[in-house]
Amino acid sequence: MKNLKNISRRSFIRTSGLVGGGLIISFMIPAYSGRKRTIFDNDEGESVFIPNAFLQVGSDNTIKVLLAHTEMGQGIWTTLTMLIAEELDADWKNIIVEHAPADKAYGHTAWGIQATGGSSTTWSEFDRYRKAGAAARILLVQAAAKKWGLPASACKTENGFVFSGNKKLSYGQLADSAATLPPLTDIPLRTKEQWKYIGKGIKRLDAPAKVNGKALFGIDVQFEGLLTAVVAHPPVFGGKVKSFDDSKTKLVKGVVQVVKIPNGIAVIAQNFWTALQGKKALQVEWDPGENINVDSITQLANFKKLADTDGKSVAKAGDVPTAMKQAAKIIEAEYTFPYLAHATMEPLNCTIKVDGDKCDIWTGTQAPGMEQAAAAKILGLKQEQVKVHTMFLGGGFGRRGNPDTDFVSEAAQIAKASGKPIKMVWTREDDMQAAYYRPSFLHRATIGTDTNGMPLAWHHIAVGQTLVGDPEAGASTEGISDSPYLNAIPNYYVGLHSPKINIPVLWFRSVGNTHTAFVMETLMDELAHNAGKDPVEYRRRLLKGKERNLKVLNTVAEKAGWGKPLPKGHFHGVAMHESFGSYAAEVAEVSLDENGLVKVHKVTIAIDCGLAVNPDGIKAQMESCVNFGLSATLYSVISFKNGVVQQTNFDDYRVLRLNESPAEIEVHIVESTEKMGGIGEPGMPPVAPAVANAVFAACGKRIRQLPFGEINFKA
Amino acid sequence: MIQLTVNQKKYDVDVPEDMPLLWVIRDVIGLTGTKYGCGIAQCGACTIHLNGEAIKSCITPVSKAAGKNITTIEGLSPDNSHPLQIAWLEADTPQCGYCQSGQLMAAAVLLKEKPNPTDEDIDDAMSGNICRCGTYPRIRKAIHIAAGLQKQGGNK
Repeated sequence: MKNLKNISRRSFIRTSGLVGGGLIISFMIPAYSGRKRTIFDNDEGESVFIPNAFLQVGSDNTIKVLLAHTEMGQGIWTTLTMLIAEELDADWKNIIVEHAPADKAYGHTAWGIQATGGSSTTWSEFDRYRKAGAAARILLVQAAAKKWGLPASACKTENGFVFSGNKKLSYGQLADSAATLPPLTDIPLRTKEQWKYIGKGIKRLDAPAKVNGKALFGIDVQFEGLLTAVVAHPPVFGGKVKSFDDSKTKLVKGVVQVVKIPNGIAVIAQNFWTALQGKKALQVEWDPGENINVDSITQLANFKKLADTDGKSVAKAGDVPTAMKQAAKIIEAEYTFPYLAHATMEPLNCTIKVDGDKCDIWTGTQAPGMEQAAAAKILGLKQEQVKVHTMFLGGGFGRRGNPDTDFVSEAAQIAKASGKPIKMVWTREDDMQAAYYRPSFLHRATIGTDTNGMPLAWHHIAVGQTLVGDPEAGASTEGISDSPYLNAIPNYYVGLHSPKINIPVLWFRSVGNTHTAFVMETLMDELAHNAGKDPVEYRRRLLKGKERNLKVLNTVAEKAGWGKPLPKGHFHGVAMHESFGSYAAEVAEVSLDENGLVKVHKVTIAIDCGLAVNPDGIKAQMESCVNFGLSATLYSVISFKNGVVQQTNFDDYRVLRLNESPAEIEVHIVESTEKMGGIGEPGMPPVAPAVANAVFAACGKRIRQLPFGEINFKA
Repeated sequence: MIQLTVNQKKYDVDVPEDMPLLWVIRDVIGLTGTKYGCGIAQCGACTIHLNGEAIKSCITPVSKAAGKNITTIEGLSPDNSHPLQIAWLEADTPQCGYCQSGQLMAAAVLLKEKPNPTDEDIDDAMSGNICRCGTYPRIRKAIHIAAGLQKQGGNK
């Protein structure tokens, strides 16, 4: 058995020579052990050797780290590199970081497909990236030991060199001979006590290029002969071009070509602005199709009607109808949530150049492999003939990980129809109106409490569309059907209606938790007040034995000074939610201004994500989650009338600005040896309910819908 | 032909007079540090300096810039040595980074006009620049750090 294990390990890591000299550390694709959760997963579990590197040690001493995940602000450019550095003892100034190309070799260790999302990068790569660094170091040491005729144990590594006594060779000098050594049978990793970076963190490696304009995003790609394409999209989803007249467009100086594509008309010009003038001059008659009837008001009425029936059972226990009859009190609440646009700061774009049977794509994507496959299909190429160059993502939030590959497919269609190298750039209006959205949801909860105010029966119906890429609709009720409170509730029923509506919907940072946490945590507050109990104490009673939930709840209560006096007119609200394997509790300090509008002064967070690999990176993500969450809490709405999105740009789709952000976001990372969870999303779900609960403390009004930043709570 | 001075370098550009400066800088001159975010002066990603004032280049016609000094993020310093760049790195401010050019250019004018900005001054000067990653706490912190650095530099 021992031998078998060694064989499989040996076949897992590969070494090979780098063209021009050097060492490559690569991995075979193991039969990954992931659960099939989304269409991101594939069924192929075969082990195939694909010679793609995670780490290259060049004979010029450069250390190239290739990232299987993509950098969209969450900090993995730094964290993954740090994991390699932890084992490698490299000289930081020689480290070059790059996004990996699209290739099966870079598949997610849990999902198989190459994708960044679900707050999963650090935990899913924690071993793989450390092993890449460790394997390289062991081989470099072995190469030096061989050269010196010493045992490997007599050698040490530091700052890009192998030492023994006063003998010294650089990694670059050893890389070639290391590449000829037999594959490793065992790759021991350093222990916690030996860690230099993990748990302490390093500064962002991408920051210097992001303060001087040098960082290149997809939209920044330029090369000789590249043209810009702007697209006239149908105003109603699913609409088709009935006819068009481009005679005026072609009169615009600098417009090169106009092409019809499946989803509209593309205007190709020398630059963006000229293409836009061409688009404005275009006369298009659209056939709006059947979605012309999509309307937010009638949709809400339909959702309410659906909520009258039980829907598909998602979670249940006990006997809800009987328990309801025995309840001392019944609390009923109905919540509504609008559609939301991700509105990444960098509008969606994609550059494509096709040259015979070769194609290059430059874009910011969370899923290079899916884009590669989609473009290859459209262009009639083999997948391996399409090279994806992943650029920095000017925000992702789920939008750039679309299983429908909308923006890359559209660019491929333009390249195919025009035969030209093009950079397709969406306007902000396209981004708002031709987008994929966080779906609108309605929740209706009926809770029967006992004479102590504790929940005896919980009946909960959720209504909302199923996301692209989530065929089981797991995201629709996540945070409810797996709520930590359910253990303490003897009778419950969670039902789901998933109406089919032709509005494209997609995961949006923290996904279903964006609405489910609001419902659960404002209800907890309401139940606590109904029971005459403190909201923290009430939750504690329901969370017996849930140590991680309790720890963050207790920590945030202590750190925020829960129950202690606040400045006059300031009020606290609390919320706790677990998502993506991590636990977050937050206390919001709010006041109502002279117009009765909510002002959030401070948010205190306690987070347990297991091992805190890069603490300041975690703090940055918590700050980001709070501010991203506050946009949805206070301001953002996408609505439909006659099938058309009513918002067009940042003037009518409001997002949080600096002057509206809390003066202070205080983050406490709970020391934890528990299983690692994610960090990019779990800080977001508790914000909205914490603020809403604080508003209740301020004025006694319960909030049943998001957003609520433009409501006068003093009226 | 319009003559422009960008980061102290002269360019002759053959573009329509109403073409926004943003697209001349990005697509014609080829400096891509200045970003497009909205096209209607709502998000500030395109903020540059025109004769030392912060402007939204996405709505400023190129004709308005003729004969004036334009500074873009690439011209803030040659080597990340502007107090704001040092402070931005000290606070580890950027996340996705897309809005940061505009944030820095807006902050640079604030610091010039108010060398010791209060939180309220920062709120006023920076509310025109959206960051979807929500790096606002670090932007505030970095501006205060930069104000300190600038003062030290001035005392030398």
